[in-house]
Amino acid sequence: MIGYIIYGVTALCTAFIIFVIVYLLVTIFINGKGNLTWQFLTESPSEGMTEGGIFPAIVGTFFLVIVMTLIGVPIGTITAIYLNEYASKKQAFFVRTIRFAVNTLAGVPSIVFGLFGLGFFIQFIGAGIDKSLYHGELHWGQPCLFWAGMTMAFLTIPVVIVSVEEALKNVPDDLRAGSLALGATRWQTIYKIVLPNAMSGIMTGTILAISRGAGEVAPILFTGAAYFLPKLPGSLTDQFMNLGYHIYVMSTQSTDVEATKGIQFATVLVLLAITFGLNLIAVIIRYRHRMKNYNYS
Amino acid sequence: MEEKIKITVRNLNLYYGQHHALKDISINIPSNAVTALIGPSGCGKSTFLRTLNRMNDLIESVRVEGDVILDGMDIYHTPIDVVELRKKVGMIFQKSNPFPKSIFDNVAYGPKINGVNGKKQLEEIVEKSLRRAALWDEVKDSLHKSALSLSGGQQQRLCIARALAVNPEVLLMDEPASALDPISTAKIEDLIYELEEKYTIVIVTHNMQQAARVSDYTAFFYMGELVEVDETKRIFTNPSKKQTEDYITGRFG
Repeated sequence: MIGYIIYGVTALCTAFIIFVIVYLLVTIFINGKGNLTWQFLTESPSEGMTEGGIFPAIVGTFFLVIVMTLIGVPIGTITAIYLNEYASKKQAFFVRTIRFAVNTLAGVPSIVFGLFGLGFFIQFIGAGIDKSLYHGELHWGQPCLFWAGMTMAFLTIPVVIVSVEEALKNVPDDLRAGSLALGATRWQTIYKIVLPNAMSGIMTGTILAISRGAGEVAPILFTGAAYFLPKLPGSLTDQFMNLGYHIYVMSTQSTDVEATKGIQFATVLVLLAITFGLNLIAVIIRYRHRMKNYNYS
Repeated sequence: MEEKIKITVRNLNLYYGQHHALKDISINIPSNAVTALIGPSGCGKSTFLRTLNRMNDLIESVRVEGDVILDGMDIYHTPIDVVELRKKVGMIFQKSNPFPKSIFDNVAYGPKINGVNGKKQLEEIVEKSLRRAALWDEVKDSLHKSALSLSGGQQQRLCIARALAVNPEVLLMDEPASALDPISTAKIEDLIYELEEKYTIVIVTHNMQQAARVSDYTAFFYMGELVEVDETKRIFTNPSKKQTEDYITGRFG
């Protein structure tokens, strides 16, 4: 009897979750697909966001993701290499401290990252650069693409570290020993044997970080996202539009929120499609890698 | 018997943390001969093998005392380059460990990290090494196939070819045939027989017949101590210690 009740409860919970997800996706799809036209993807918003497209927001998101990846992935990957390949057991305390810091970083609310970016990157570093290099003229001491990317990079670094470390652990120690026994140095072994074998894991981590970053809004609120810009960002010190932020703007800041509904749904659909597509690629890469490893052992 | 000594080990002690794993080992390893290390599991023979190319350095908490002298050079107490040492002293592992690269790239790996880049030169080295490892005829048409597509025995011979490609003088083999079928094992043994002319070989084996077949000298290890070392003939027919006799006749171990 109790068994049936527990079975029923678990099944019900599962069904509820599936229902919510399906309802969400179906609603978004049905309401959004009508507005999802070629013009929508390639034009700027007009008429106080009630008309036009989301092209600048797509471009801005793209630039943001590139800056974030170029900063976050190398730092995260190199940290993971240090933790997994170089740090010795004698430094166990040190390594544990770093891991603890990384995990804590992963749990920090993203709005806090945004405030940190504003306070540290923009008002401290950025303003410092302006003061010392540009005689106080405003270049880096303002919200812009670079600082937003930097803030986003620190948000996604934990994701990169965890997945790269996982990939490095999956490289058999036999291969490291084989390389070292041939007279390779530690770095040659990492560079020529370990990293190529961990490449798909690094790719997966990168993509997961990107898909996490592409959907975040809070960290860029204060650090670079703009309400509306007549032109696309042309340099790292320009502000930019962003898909997630654009949705927020349309639903709360527009002159006529009701009139934006259709394009809001379409924007959400685009954002979801991008995130989902990236996750799918990550899953495929991981799956292929697993098959390869399986064949090896 | 006339012999030239390649490696002299004097009063070697090795500790894993508190554990005293090798106790006061002294042995001469003759040049251009096969020396087999036998003994029950955990007796320290593999650990001893790894002191000869300092692979134990990779394990933390290992402490080594005593001298290992290779061609007159103390490899623990003179400031030598471990990387150079390992080029001179190659190693074959128990589980074959080809890199997940092509057959060609596996063999070319060592020369490449040593700065050999000419295509022609690499091709020559690869062919020579594969021939020496008695693998050339089997793989000459599939050099660019993945090394992982080879059979277990072929993979192990590939690892031997890979080690030979950096021109070592000493080859350390850690139970190189223990995971192989009898035919592959026979091929590896034939190969050891041929390699002996050019290289000094130290082989760890659990297989008494194998030790008897391939080696010129046999050293018997027990509980971290070197019990006895002598010509293989004598160890297997007339050992001087009772422990050795008990072990090779299968009374324990």
